[in-house]
Amino acid sequence: MSEPIKFRLDGRDVEARPGETIWQVAKRQGTVIPHLCHKDAPGYRADGNCRACMVEIEGERVLAPSCLRTPAPDMKVTTTSERAVKARAMVLELLMADQPERQRAHDPGSLFWHWAEDAGLGASRFAARAAPDADASHPAMAVHLDACIHCGLCVRACREVQVNDVIGMAGRGIHSRIVFDCGDPMGLSTCVACGECVQACPTGALMPASVLDDAGVFTGPADRQVDSLCPYCGVGCQITYHIRDGKLLTVEGRDGPANRGRLCVKGRFGFDYVDHPHRLTKPLIRREGVPKDGRDRVDPADPSTHFREATWQEALDKAAEGLARIRERDGGSALAGFGSAKGSNEEAYLVQKLVRTGFGSNNVDHCTRLCHASSVAALMEGIGSGAVTAPFTAALDADVIFVIGARPTQNHPVAATFLKNAKKNGATLIVADPRRQGLSRHADHMLQFKPGTDVALLGAMIHTIIEEGLTDTQYIQGYTEGFEALRQGFEDFTPEKMAAVCGIDAQTIRTVARTYAEAERAIIFWGMGISQHAHGTDNARCLIALALITGHVGRPGTGLHPLRGQNNVQGASDVGLIPMFYPDYKPVTDEETRKTYEALWGCDLDPKPGLTVVEIMDAIHQGLIKGMYIMGENPAMSDPDVQHVRDGLAKLEHLVVQDIFLTETAFHADVVLPASAFPEKTGTFSNTNRQVQLGRQALDPPGDARQDWWIIQEIARRIGLDWTYSGPEDVFDEMRRTMESIKGITWRRLEREDSVTYPCDSEDEPGREIVFGDGFPTKSGRGKLMPIGLVPPDEPPDETYPLVLSTGRMLEHWHTGTITRRAQVLDALEPEPVASLNPHQLGALGIGAGDRVRVVSRRGAIELKTRADRDVPEGMVFIPFCFSEAAVNLLTNPRLDPYGKIPEFKFCAVRVEKADAESAAE
Amino acid sequence: MTASRPPSQGVAARPLRPPVHLPKGRQVDGAALEEIRRLLGTDERRRDLLIEYLHRIQDRYGHISVARLTALAAEMRLAQAEVYEVATFYHHFDVIKEDQTPPPPITVRVCDGVTCELAGFPALLQDLEGTLGPGVRVVRAPCVGACDKSPVAVVGQRQPGNATAEAVRAALDAGETTPPIPDYRNLDDYTTDGGYDTLRSIQEGGRRRADVIAAVEAADLRGLGGAGFPTARKWAFLEGAPKPRLVAINADEGEPGTFKDRYCLETDPHRVLEGALIAAAAVEADEIYVYLRDEYAHIRHLLEAEMAKVEAAGLNGDVTLHLRRGAGAYICGEESAMLESIEGKRGLPRNRPPFPAERGLFGRPTLINNVETVFWLRDIVERGGEWYQAEGRPHFYSLSGRIKEPGVKRAPSAVTARQLIEDYAGGMADGHTFTAYLPGGASGGILPAGMADLPLDFGALDEHGCFIGSSAVVVLSDRDDIRAVVRNLLRFFEDESCGQCTPCRVGCEKMGDLIGEKTWDASLIHELSDAMRDASICGLGQAAPNPVLSALKFFPGDAT
Repeated sequence: MSEPIKFRLDGRDVEARPGETIWQVAKRQGTVIPHLCHKDAPGYRADGNCRACMVEIEGERVLAPSCLRTPAPDMKVTTTSERAVKARAMVLELLMADQPERQRAHDPGSLFWHWAEDAGLGASRFAARAAPDADASHPAMAVHLDACIHCGLCVRACREVQVNDVIGMAGRGIHSRIVFDCGDPMGLSTCVACGECVQACPTGALMPASVLDDAGVFTGPADRQVDSLCPYCGVGCQITYHIRDGKLLTVEGRDGPANRGRLCVKGRFGFDYVDHPHRLTKPLIRREGVPKDGRDRVDPADPSTHFREATWQEALDKAAEGLARIRERDGGSALAGFGSAKGSNEEAYLVQKLVRTGFGSNNVDHCTRLCHASSVAALMEGIGSGAVTAPFTAALDADVIFVIGARPTQNHPVAATFLKNAKKNGATLIVADPRRQGLSRHADHMLQFKPGTDVALLGAMIHTIIEEGLTDTQYIQGYTEGFEALRQGFEDFTPEKMAAVCGIDAQTIRTVARTYAEAERAIIFWGMGISQHAHGTDNARCLIALALITGHVGRPGTGLHPLRGQNNVQGASDVGLIPMFYPDYKPVTDEETRKTYEALWGCDLDPKPGLTVVEIMDAIHQGLIKGMYIMGENPAMSDPDVQHVRDGLAKLEHLVVQDIFLTETAFHADVVLPASAFPEKTGTFSNTNRQVQLGRQALDPPGDARQDWWIIQEIARRIGLDWTYSGPEDVFDEMRRTMESIKGITWRRLEREDSVTYPCDSEDEPGREIVFGDGFPTKSGRGKLMPIGLVPPDEPPDETYPLVLSTGRMLEHWHTGTITRRAQVLDALEPEPVASLNPHQLGALGIGAGDRVRVVSRRGAIELKTRADRDVPEGMVFIPFCFSEAAVNLLTNPRLDPYGKIPEFKFCAVRVEKADAESAAE
Repeated sequence: MTASRPPSQGVAARPLRPPVHLPKGRQVDGAALEEIRRLLGTDERRRDLLIEYLHRIQDRYGHISVARLTALAAEMRLAQAEVYEVATFYHHFDVIKEDQTPPPPITVRVCDGVTCELAGFPALLQDLEGTLGPGVRVVRAPCVGACDKSPVAVVGQRQPGNATAEAVRAALDAGETTPPIPDYRNLDDYTTDGGYDTLRSIQEGGRRRADVIAAVEAADLRGLGGAGFPTARKWAFLEGAPKPRLVAINADEGEPGTFKDRYCLETDPHRVLEGALIAAAAVEADEIYVYLRDEYAHIRHLLEAEMAKVEAAGLNGDVTLHLRRGAGAYICGEESAMLESIEGKRGLPRNRPPFPAERGLFGRPTLINNVETVFWLRDIVERGGEWYQAEGRPHFYSLSGRIKEPGVKRAPSAVTARQLIEDYAGGMADGHTFTAYLPGGASGGILPAGMADLPLDFGALDEHGCFIGSSAVVVLSDRDDIRAVVRNLLRFFEDESCGQCTPCRVGCEKMGDLIGEKTWDASLIHELSDAMRDASICGLGQAAPNPVLSALKFFPGDAT
């Protein structure tokens, strides 16, 4: 059936590829047949319900929907017959009868009006039915079902593409209606506001609220569009900014390799932070005589209490002077720099180069330390590379998908859609998470294990696979080392023994182990639930062992995929924004590499690895580090035991902060440099799939805010470096000179292709999506299997602190909330801090849902409201770390994993008590 | 347990602040979840059983509260929308939101089918509405398949024939709301008469599959659900299709004026079951799903009992029998909509191709036969196709309307309307003069009395824009208003359109508007009809204009 099908289309001989529909062939031939319910985009199934695309097929009694119909050999198809044209026009006229008139339409430029105009329809001859009321309950999206044509595209968008399963078509016949959940207002439904329905709607019945006036009438189209990227998570969705009068109007998903047109609530609706009145638009210098205090807070709306405005000249001079002074006096090791995983590759490269060549040490790090440092440690040790072995879209080729310690429906929503698609296509989905989550309902096996017992669960799986002879012996012999030690190491991890530790019964552990091992193709996804533990590296080692002993690496549908957090955490690490590596993970301790960089950069380099994020904070307290340059990071919110961090920042002799808002970190700065937000800059960004993608500038920075690369360069020049970069392209070219991984990726190529996967050897080759099919970039060329022991969480609950606190993100808020809490829609959806507990747990504590409570750990206390959430197990509290008014990192345990130096964010002991009346009334 | 979300606030004019104290959306109510778990017991939480489980809730509580609906969704690991859209598609489910009042415990459904309209259902409805007390509600219902006893009111699940307000009240007073089981031929009687011998001879190899098919082919048995497609050819489509194969028996008789399948099932159910098993053997299927309209509660009870007996006696061989219950949706009589409904979904007809023989129920090659079609199989196989031909290819006609003796009549396929009225139905009712007839229920168009000598056979009426469909002949008289009849039929199509495709969903509604006008716009009606016929997905929308077109063609004085 791979032969093309010859048939006649409007009197011409044409060929259809197998599976190709008449509509698709016609389009290829240059005829776009009218269509409404058919969306010509990836992931959308043709449904054939609107009947706007009917064509005539010789010998058939009735017309056929061209969007659905595949031609048969010698079929004679006419798109232009009178019968077909009339039927299509009648369909449009019927629908037009019930539409709001075009002058008052929600979307006068919609697909519907396009085709109505094309058919030459002025007005409908039919009477209109009563129009349903508008639903404006959602802050981001307006629902006007008077324009609904029941094409079901939103249902397919919600249920088949994004698999969020909120929209349904209820009722029957003329009473059919689009509903959310049980016919609820959209704003009170389970809608996660991905906006896929808005993007799919062909009539304007579902629209971004931002483009309508109060009466629901369209306020006018964008005047220009810029193709760029989403600034939020590591998925790396490609987007198009729609801009009107110099402001972002809407965001649309583009067909990028990681998102196929899909977006989540943050990417689609979380962009107006760039216009927030808190934006820094002038350089600021700390007022003389304003003391620094770790408990001090500054009002970002009015920094004048602590800062005065300055010219760029003065601010840059002061920033550089302080850094140079400390360097001259105490040496380069008394300085440190944090770059940002939200910045571009070029910016990250410049920051690490500034620290290494300008400060003179390797004390440079960024928030990767807080997310996947342990995963990277284990991966580097095990397979010689810290990146994913396959893109998350490889899940579509997998038979078994194992997700552990990751909640992609919240944190990587678009990646999650592909996992759900894969499950719907028949893959087996295994989810392991102490909390139930968005994937649970779809999972074949939901392992709600006890927090902090990952090694017990995974070890029992490894034990089972070895004991039952389910290993891939050939693969082990060919590509790994250390199997015997591994076998012995896990000899004691019987599922029967581990069941008591992890809370999952032995039979289930065995079943899941067999399911994974016996699959033809299995892939593992993990996130912070694995990495953010004192035993995070051990957790990741277990996952690597699982994949290696079963041979589930290096083939389509297999692999190890740590879902990376920030939009450029992969790239920032790749270009050396970490204390132990130069770009491409070349150790700073390796003399040959160092010599290369000394030659390239024209200066001597420090052979000692630098300090990591948490270590730098400790070094400040010890008086070893006295000056810092922090670009786009917010350790005063993101680090564990954050009061300790804030005290450290306040203790610094000189702190330069470069950011777009006055962050909690900037409260303690000496100089604050106003930088550019994502839509205001051009640069490359590397997502979790190792796809290097181009972000393009859509707006100018506000006021006197400047490009980050320019600011870094100005500091560099003032501390004695003779940098003369003309822009990001220039920096990228320098990176390519030493980075083998992106050898085949040129700036021109990115401008042309938008996205290229690395490693990529030459300009005419696509990058390699799936790596390590034939060994690993380790010294021996083999994957290393590591036996490990059972390390319990550092701070188990006790009588005084009886509950386990876990922290993380929520769908709407990014990281420390600096930008998302300043995005109107996102803030409206999740406006205040909440502690989620199981309703039974709340009952046992005598606390109601919505009550104000005090959550206390050994390090601090915060007050916030409770949320009754059945997904959270009893004995646990979950608090997101995005809320500065109840910063949960005041409570967290700074205890580090010994290898990855990552703190144990996912486990510390707390108690929850009713807030006293006084503080409740505040 | 968990506080559930505040009641729906209807449609909101401005952004609502979602409650901070709960996760997004309506939360599962702990008590409702316990109720649902008890109701489902250890039964599998299979998606295709959704409608069965909705029935359990409706039967147990008299309605489906959204709290229970949400709990059912959680228990079946489905999204709320998936359950809500199915529950609201079917008219026999009463989904009640937090701010709505549950219906009274007893529902009286007054049939508003075309025959019942002739028999005066509006008066009956008026007599009943608001007079039956607070524990009873009165609703209109589409044809319930008892046109020989019109007007019909269904009290709970019981149908007192030729209903009067008094009879309904009497039934309510006596608490008679469950259907009496009819006096049917049971398994013993049926087997004494040689029942299941034919099937056994096929199962045991005494009778070859090819011979069975040959007999049916020789008989020229047609699909008696309405399409009249040659049964043997339909079977042949399954040849070579991958296994497992399935059989679905369409017992969702719903065409207004039709009640012949009901007759088959309530008089001789084993002849239907044996026929279904013969069909399964003929296409080598190993499961049979019988999809029965919910209006036939009495038949459901008897089939449950008799199917169990068949299985207990091992008569079914290796074939598994399933009985599935409709929920009040005419469209599910459309074969592909029926498949969707059996799968637990909304009854939306599928686009074809692919045809059910390639990809049918649960994606498997599926044979779909009507109840009456399989009813004839035993006789045809036993006595031979030639016998059936010699008998004049008999089948059942449902006769109703202005005739003396309405009912199901066995007649040869060349019978005419005049013969049916004169020879089978005892002539016109007293005081009525024959003026017109519906040859095939609501869909088959309307013919004038002057054309009552045409054979009522498949294909015979095509040139007049009509068809016999399910052989439901409704006889009209000089006392009937053609326009009123047409409006009744179009209202039926509008109510029963699944709503999936534009020409049918919007077309039926707009056609209703057009024929509600004092003067009909014949040109626009024709334009609309063309699009509905050419572009609708299934027969409902394609045939819906038929009565209007017939009226314009044959009764121009009445229509315009």
